[in-house]
Order: sequence, then structure tokens, then C-alpha cells
Amino acid sequence: MTAAVVRRLLQAVMVMLAMTVIVFIAINVIGDPVDILISPDADQIERARVVQALGLDLPLWQQYLRFLWAALHGDLGESYVYNEPAIRVILQRLPATLELAVSAILIAIVVGVPLGLYAGLRPHGILSRVIMTVSILGFSLPTFWVGLVLIMFFGVQLGWLPSGGRGQTAELFGVQWAFLTKDGLAHLILPAVNLALFDACLILRLTRAGVAEVLPLDFVKFARAKGLKESRVIGVHISKNIMIPVVTIIGLEFGSIVAFSVVTESVFSWPGMGKLIIDSINVLDRPIITAYLMAIVAFFVIINLVVDLTYTALDPRVRLQGEGP
Amino acid sequence: MNATVLEVRDLRTHFGQAKAVDGVSFSVARGEVLGLVGESGSGKSVTGFSIIGLVDPPGTIVGGQIVFDGRDITSSSREEMRALRGRRMAMIFQDPMMTLNPVLRIDTQMIEAVQAHENVSRADARARARDALGMVGIPSPDERLQAYPHQFSGGMRQRVVIAIALLHRPDFIIADEPTTALDVTIQAQILAEMQKLVAQNNTSLIWITHDLAVVSRLADRIAVMYAGRIVESGPVSDVLARPLHPYTAGLIDSVPSRNQRGERLRQIPGMAPSVARLPTGCAFAPRCARADAMCTQAVPLFPAGPREHRCVHPLPELRV
Repeated sequence: MTAAVVRRLLQAVMVMLAMTVIVFIAINVIGDPVDILISPDADQIERARVVQALGLDLPLWQQYLRFLWAALHGDLGESYVYNEPAIRVILQRLPATLELAVSAILIAIVVGVPLGLYAGLRPHGILSRVIMTVSILGFSLPTFWVGLVLIMFFGVQLGWLPSGGRGQTAELFGVQWAFLTKDGLAHLILPAVNLALFDACLILRLTRAGVAEVLPLDFVKFARAKGLKESRVIGVHISKNIMIPVVTIIGLEFGSIVAFSVVTESVFSWPGMGKLIIDSINVLDRPIITAYLMAIVAFFVIINLVVDLTYTALDPRVRLQGEGP
Repeated sequence: MNATVLEVRDLRTHFGQAKAVDGVSFSVARGEVLGLVGESGSGKSVTGFSIIGLVDPPGTIVGGQIVFDGRDITSSSREEMRALRGRRMAMIFQDPMMTLNPVLRIDTQMIEAVQAHENVSRADARARARDALGMVGIPSPDERLQAYPHQFSGGMRQRVVIAIALLHRPDFIIADEPTTALDVTIQAQILAEMQKLVAQNNTSLIWITHDLAVVSRLADRIAVMYAGRIVESGPVSDVLARPLHPYTAGLIDSVPSRNQRGERLRQIPGMAPSVARLPTGCAFAPRCARADAMCTQAVPLFPAGPREHRCVHPLPELRV
């Protein structure tokens, strides 16, 4: 078990390292920050001084090593725009994105799993057919369009919910969170629902497929033959067997939501990382882009690690393979 | 000893047009072992599932009675059936690799079975589970309780399943080909174990199988099913030595034995009919050498001493 975890961690480090190369090169190939940062009427000497200060005159490989060395010390450069360490700018925006992503994934699970179970247990029911049809719509409709419709309907027509911004925040562990205040929570609902829609439908369909696969198996019949209550047959015997694909998707989708909530954050002007990255790309704020990408990669690697560990908790047969030579 | 535990009267379980079980009657006395024999699709498993109330949809019991404990349980509510299952009646399945939930530990699966019917603490339930494992011959049961099903061999898994079936000392157990998926040596062990355990507890056993050799070793009585009906029943030694129904005779002849070395294996000509389109009259008639015009009429059950058969031209001759 421990060996498997260590091996998994080593893989994670390799992934991170490979990613620094890709990120660094990709970022250094696009555009020239000097043009953006220095006013066009700065003279040659001024220009050379800034270039040197930013280390942009060195060969690419030296720049990379400097970048890597600094990154190892938690320094991903200073934002050209905010004049603050890029990592700090990212981390300031992280809570907003994180609470949006967590809310969305929770909504997706709470909606998707029970509906998927229902549709799987009664595959021929009318309600099941309705659920399945609606779920196709759910992940075919473009997110930004659904977001706009939500704003139109709940924000403008009915006026029930605010349609932009993060609202009031309150502090917890030294971080500002919107979900702690009533106003913040109200602001959170629409973007979270918008983000959750696709994943709710995905989880729903996966759950249903899992139930359809497991339901005819003998161990379900045997569980019933033991006289177990139906709630236990479904809640334990069936659920635990279908959770592996569902957990995989939840993990991957959680990463995706954090990384690519760009659209939803833009539509609802949610001040998270997605909005930050769009703004930073527009002004070619390279340290921010780099820091953002590195943060996202780290995030994905961590999530995948957690998912792998969850497998071993869910399915004992996975554990054995991990212990093998 | 001879009190009737379970009586099935004219049971009809249909899957839409398919009459999987179509008028099956039999009874089982306390402590008796009944062998329910037939080929695949003859309706023997569906009969078993009908009794414990777990017929898969779209199958439904459309007629007949299943009398257990003095009342017809075909009209029992779901909750009443659940309370009976596992406590008063148990079922064992064919493939022990598939019967236990692969992601739950043995103790979980046994403790829940105890607690489904009795309000006992986890520790007590666990102790019961451990004793049950010990009873079916699983070494170091305390340790094995912690294991997952994939850590057991097929034979050991079937022992675990049997232990679960015996947890509440049920009145009867339906065993649906529980040794078919096992090696012959393990098969013999499980048979002997099962025989011992039901005799100890005075539990009745309905042993569903297509294997006549198993039935001849284990059962007191035998009922032969063909196309959803019992075509012959009686004490096992009588029926196997002197079958009255041509189908039973064909089934016995199909078993390879040492006496026929070098001969071609005998088989019953033709195919079992689809239960969706049964012929009127005797369902076996199209494959039967003795069939004539009389066989196209509906055939009642003829009593013959302690035996019964459903053939208008029963085999007369003494077979050796």
C-alpha cells in the first residue's frame, strides 16, 4: 500500500516537471511582454534595463532553469499588471473558484446519483425516460447559453436571484468566502447550477449504466434472498459496486470545473481564477498565466491521487494489484 | 418428521407469452431432500425463485398457491416476503464467484444477514457469523471474516454462502445447482457437508440440478421437470431404477457411465420446445418414440403408488 502511494507520488512529481517545460516554452513563444509593459516612448536604455531586470535577455534554457529554481522556492514571478507575486494573485482568486466548483460538483452529485439510481432501477418507467431525455439536453446545450438563459429567467424576469458578482463575503481561516453569508449564497446559486448541469447529467448517465450492469448479477439477488431491506440492497450492495466510474468522473470533472470555469465565471462576472486568466491572457501577463497553469496541473495531479486512493477504499481487488511486484 | 413444510400447488409463473412454469405441484416434508431435475429452460430455477418471491420482471406468478407455514405466500406483501427470506427460507445460487458481493467483506455480508431479521448487536451478530463459518468447515473463521470474497477459492466461497443460508436455521433451503460450477472433488465435499448440515438442523432441501448423479446421492425424492411441468416424481431410487416417463428414461440414458465404454453416447433426439410455443398435450411428444395421437390431448397427472407421472404410455418394463 505504502509502496503504491510512493510510486504514485513519484509519478506525480514527474508529471509536474514535464509540465513546467511545456508551460515555460509555450508561454515564452507567444508575444513579447516588453512591448506591453514599456510605454512606446521609453528610450533604448530604459528598455534594456527592464529587459535585463526581467531576465528576458538570457538564452531560453537559462531562463527556464531560473524559472524552475524560483518555482521550487514558491516564486513563479511577479505579475506585470498587479506588481505582486503571481502565485499570491492566483491564491487570492482560488477560494472564489473553489467554492463555485465545490458547490457545482455537490449539486451534480446530489442531483445526478439519485436520479441515475432511479432511472437504472426502473428502466422502463415513464419518469426514467423523461430523466434520460432531459439529461441528453443537459450535456448538449452550451454552458454559456444556459448561463444566459438562467440570468434572463431567474435574474431578470423573476428577479429572484442576483445574476453577477460574488456578493458579500465572510472570513473563515483568513480567507473570504461567499457561501458564509446569505447574500453570497444567493450570488452563488446561479453560477453553481450552471456549472453543475453538465456534470449532473454525466453522473446521472454513468450511474444509470452502472445500475443496469449490476442489477441482474447474482450477488444482488443473493442480497435480496438474505432478506435485506431494499434500501440496503440499493444503498450498499448496488451503490458500492457502481461508484468506481462515478468517482473517476467526479474527480476529473472537479479538476475541469476549477480549470475551465472560465466561461461561467465570465458570464456571471464571478471574480475567480477563470476570469483572472482571461484578463491576464489579454494583457499577456506571463507570470500569472504560468502560475495559473502550474496551479491547475498541481490540482489535477492531487485530484487524481485522491481518486486512486478512493478506488482502493471502494474496491478491495484494486488494493491487491497495487501491492503486487 | 413428516409434517409438510412447503406445498406448491399448480404454480404458474409466466414471462409474458412464455410459460416458464405452468402448473407445478409438489410438497416437501420437514427434513426431506427433494431433487428438482430438468434441463436448462425447464423452469426449475424459476420455480425456486417463485417460491422465495424473487422472480425477475417481467415474470409474474399468474396462478397457483405456495403454501408455507399454513398460508399462501403468493399473496404476501413485499415486506412479509422479505421477513421470510433468509430467516425461514434461504436460497443458494449456482456460481459462488458471483453470489457474494465483491466489494464487501465477508463479515459485513454476514452481519447484515443476521441483523436483517434479528435485533442483535454487531458483536453478537459477528459471533454468530463466526460460528456459522466454523460449522461449514472454514478454518480460522475469525480471520476469514475480515477477508473479501476474492480471497477465497470457489469451494470456500460456496461454504460461506451455505453458512449465510444457515444463519437463521431456515425451514427449507432452495439450492440452485450449487455444485455445478465447482471441481468434482470440491463438489463431493460440498455435497457431503450440505447433507450433514441439513440433517443436523432438520432443514428441508430443494436441490435444483440437471445432474442425476448428484440427485441419486443426495435426494429422498425426485421431481423431473420438462417445459415448465413436472412430468414424473417419486422416491429417488424407484424413479431412477424404473422411470415411467420416457423423458426421465432419456435423461437417465444420457448420463455417461462406465458400463457403456466405447459405445456412442445416447442422447434424446430433437430439442426442448420453446416455452413460448408449447404444443397442446404432452410437451415431450415431438421427441418421443412412444408418442401417438393420444399424446396430443392434455395429459393429466397419473398417480402410481407413491409416484406420479404425466404420460399416457408409461414405460412398463423393468429396467436394470
